[in-house]
Amino acid sequence: MSGPLISLGILVAGAILSALCGRRSLAAAGVALVSVSLAAAAGMPTALRVLVTGRAVSWRAPWSLPWGSLSLALDPLSAFFIAFILMLAVPFAFYGRGYLARHRGSSWQSLSWSLYQILVASMVLVVSSADGLLLLMAWEAMSVASLFLVIHDHEEEGVLKDGLVYAVAAHLGVAALLGLFALWGGWAGSLRFADLAAVPLSRGASWTLFLLAVAGFGSKAGLVPFHVWLPKAHPAAPSHVSALMSGVMIKMGIYGILRILLLLGGWQPGWGYLLLAMGGSSALLGVLYALGQHDLKRLLAYHSVENVGIITIGIGAGVLARTAGMGIASLLAFTGALLHVLNHGLFKGLLFCGGGAAAQASGTREMDALGGLLKRMPWTGTGFLVGSMAICALPPLNGFASEFLIYSGLLSGALSGRAAPSLVLFFSVPVLALAGGLALACFAKAFGVVFLGEPRSAPARDAREASLWMAAPMLVLASACLAIGLMAPLVVSLIAEPASALAGGAAAAGGEGVAAILSKVALAGWALLLLAAILLALRWLLLRGRTVSKTPTWGCGFSAPTARMQYTASSFAEPLLGPLRGVLRPRVHLIEPRGLFPEGGSFSSHLEDWADKILYEPLFGGAANLAGRVRPLQQGRLQLYLLYTLLALIALVLWQVLA
Amino acid sequence: MNPVVVRLLAPVPALVLAPLLLGLIGRVKAIMGARRGAPLLQPYRDLARLLGKGEVLSTTATALFRLGPLVALASTAAALFLLPTGPLTPVLSFPGDFLLLAYLLALGRFGTLAAAMDTGSAFEGMGASREAAFSALSEPALFLALGGLAWARHDLSLGALLGGGTAAGLALQAPALGLFTAALFLLLLAENSRIPVDDPATHLELTMIHEVMVLDHSGPSFAAILYGASLKLWIFASLLVSVWIPAGLPAWASAGLYAAGMALVAVSVGLVESLTARLKLAKVPRFLALAGVLAGLGCLVLFAGGRP
Repeated sequence: MSGPLISLGILVAGAILSALCGRRSLAAAGVALVSVSLAAAAGMPTALRVLVTGRAVSWRAPWSLPWGSLSLALDPLSAFFIAFILMLAVPFAFYGRGYLARHRGSSWQSLSWSLYQILVASMVLVVSSADGLLLLMAWEAMSVASLFLVIHDHEEEGVLKDGLVYAVAAHLGVAALLGLFALWGGWAGSLRFADLAAVPLSRGASWTLFLLAVAGFGSKAGLVPFHVWLPKAHPAAPSHVSALMSGVMIKMGIYGILRILLLLGGWQPGWGYLLLAMGGSSALLGVLYALGQHDLKRLLAYHSVENVGIITIGIGAGVLARTAGMGIASLLAFTGALLHVLNHGLFKGLLFCGGGAAAQASGTREMDALGGLLKRMPWTGTGFLVGSMAICALPPLNGFASEFLIYSGLLSGALSGRAAPSLVLFFSVPVLALAGGLALACFAKAFGVVFLGEPRSAPARDAREASLWMAAPMLVLASACLAIGLMAPLVVSLIAEPASALAGGAAAAGGEGVAAILSKVALAGWALLLLAAILLALRWLLLRGRTVSKTPTWGCGFSAPTARMQYTASSFAEPLLGPLRGVLRPRVHLIEPRGLFPEGGSFSSHLEDWADKILYEPLFGGAANLAGRVRPLQQGRLQLYLLYTLLALIALVLWQVLA
Repeated sequence: MNPVVVRLLAPVPALVLAPLLLGLIGRVKAIMGARRGAPLLQPYRDLARLLGKGEVLSTTATALFRLGPLVALASTAAALFLLPTGPLTPVLSFPGDFLLLAYLLALGRFGTLAAAMDTGSAFEGMGASREAAFSALSEPALFLALGGLAWARHDLSLGALLGGGTAAGLALQAPALGLFTAALFLLLLAENSRIPVDDPATHLELTMIHEVMVLDHSGPSFAAILYGASLKLWIFASLLVSVWIPAGLPAWASAGLYAAGMALVAVSVGLVESLTARLKLAKVPRFLALAGVLAGLGCLVLFAGGRP
């Protein structure tokens, strides 16, 4: 257990040192890089050992806080998440060093580096705490640290408002978690996980706890309908923070759901159905809203909603399959879900880094003002391309391996009969397939509009490649995406322990079968690379000595094409969003061209979130309305407050006398 | 012969004969239109001619423009490794390999889309956008049909879910299999840019889907695109023919049935192209939804009837 403790110590010490750096923000960044790297080096060996051996370690110290205990534990599930957090925090930090270099010299930036380390430390603490109160405290530290990281660029318009939405959402989530642990701790008489797991629960009680956990942890994960904060907060943050939040922090919600499932035991099939429904709607709505975005980082944030949905489909399938006694299907689905947690961290981090670099180099996140960046920023563009292909689950990259496992879990459960669980698993397959197809369209759009073609604005034309600080981490992340795709069996053997803990011991025997299938998938990946190389060589041989000339793109006879004629992000998405206009209801501003020689026609459309309009605006509008009605009580006059006190006292006396 | 060598033979018929399917469709259309038309082997001539040429590249484009067609061809060819061909079992077979097949086709599509967007042409962007939209919408139907077949045959590998039916089983499950075949045929038309979704012979860029994406390609790259398209047609045709070939036939009978089935599919495509008009683009999503509904209906029929 000493490894993660040392990591925590290093990170906290680093955070203090960074905060002390004041205006020397480069020094603060240096401290952060060293401390995050050292923390990873200290924590990884323990985490990997637990993952390989499957033997949990724990640590406990006396603590004077009521109800809480300072107890940490590392079982395979925690170890997986610790390794995941520490591994990804390092490249994002290096990227951030380059990303923030433009505005160096502000003490606010040193503070931001300090908060970065606190965020990493609090996430490590979240996944290693074995006590409800400790988990809640770490959770709150995580929310607060990330909140202040989000509003780093608070001078920019809208950032503070997005931060406020995030703060409210995070605390509504915490309210559900407080309810969860208060109820459960009340029944168990303690908040230590071991005691919580031991208390016998009625059906209704375990349903209540499960629903609270889904609301509390699901809101951090960004599951529909708790997702509205995510596409607002993630784009507002500096890109290395967006990467850390989208890639890593939202997975703390996934960890929470998995942890509560493990502690609850006695799973109900209904939980599986609920998770499948939430996962499916998150996957579909996430990708549909992503298609309608013009802001590159907001598009990426909506894809986080989609991918959390895919992970949740895997978890839901795992739960359902286990309750129906389909051990192998459950193992496949949980393995896929965990692998997708890791994969999404890698490729979404890569995409945020690439998108952030592109936006910084050209000064805007508006996709319709970008274009042609691959020529100007080859490393960034290549990184974004690899990330796009990985998130679309294209072989031979890592996204395919994890989605393949989730599909396999769904299908192998579906094949086992025609009872309700099998049918639900079967019909989840086309949902996942549709989300996959839409994701491909969306990333063809995002990559195509931003990095290919001709630049659509002057700043995009003058964009330059990002610094080595930023390019190198992207290269590392892209290589990791490829490596996991080509060596999936190896990685899956590392997550076999936590997956079989979730799927139940009976399924553990299926683990070897999973690795054997994946090795064939990996083999196909290698074959594909070989084929592509052969074709490339053939093309080169054929064209040797022949004329290969260059001319402008064929404009179908039109002789003066401009960059404005290219398909934009909105026009690209139109064939998909057009038929769904009735459901998604975009706001459209259309000035139609009139007359024989029309001038000044224009069209623009904005896709607003359905959950915002139908769910949260009425809810918060109502709350604000209610607060407005209570406001007359608060006049700010001392006499009035004295009167309230007097009235309260009289009421109390009356109550005493009458009772 | 060595069994490993026999296994490696499975993609060979497709690699050699796939352009013939295009030639056959062309012949049927010519006969139906009472034209003399191009000879049966015209696609091979086209390929040879293109392979002998140099290339013209766009000044806007990057290396992706050159890589896209090769990636598309490589991934389609890799998909052939998973496909049973008549009596020949696939080179690589494992539970869930049809997922890999579907995603390899998706990779090919991504390569084509990226190469199209790389030119910065309004028309190619338009084609890419349509192609991306329509193939996304056809994804659920494909997975429902293949998943339903997997359920019917109780096996997740393509070799078994396509070729694993006994004659009695085929007869018993004929209603569901018929619905799957119909869905797959509609997908074949949509995914291979045939009428009524797209018109491979149209001359107006505004109405094109697939052809407009490859306007700027020439020479060997364009040959790769044409050849890859014929392989993709072969794959879809093979999916729906293989379903109906009973297991346990002698090799010659199975090969004969397979060849006859492939020819029948090509003739049917030619007839559809001759006898129907193109759909309005806005109606294509409904066409794809129809494929999804047919496949879903097949699944329901299957579940209601149970497995033999």
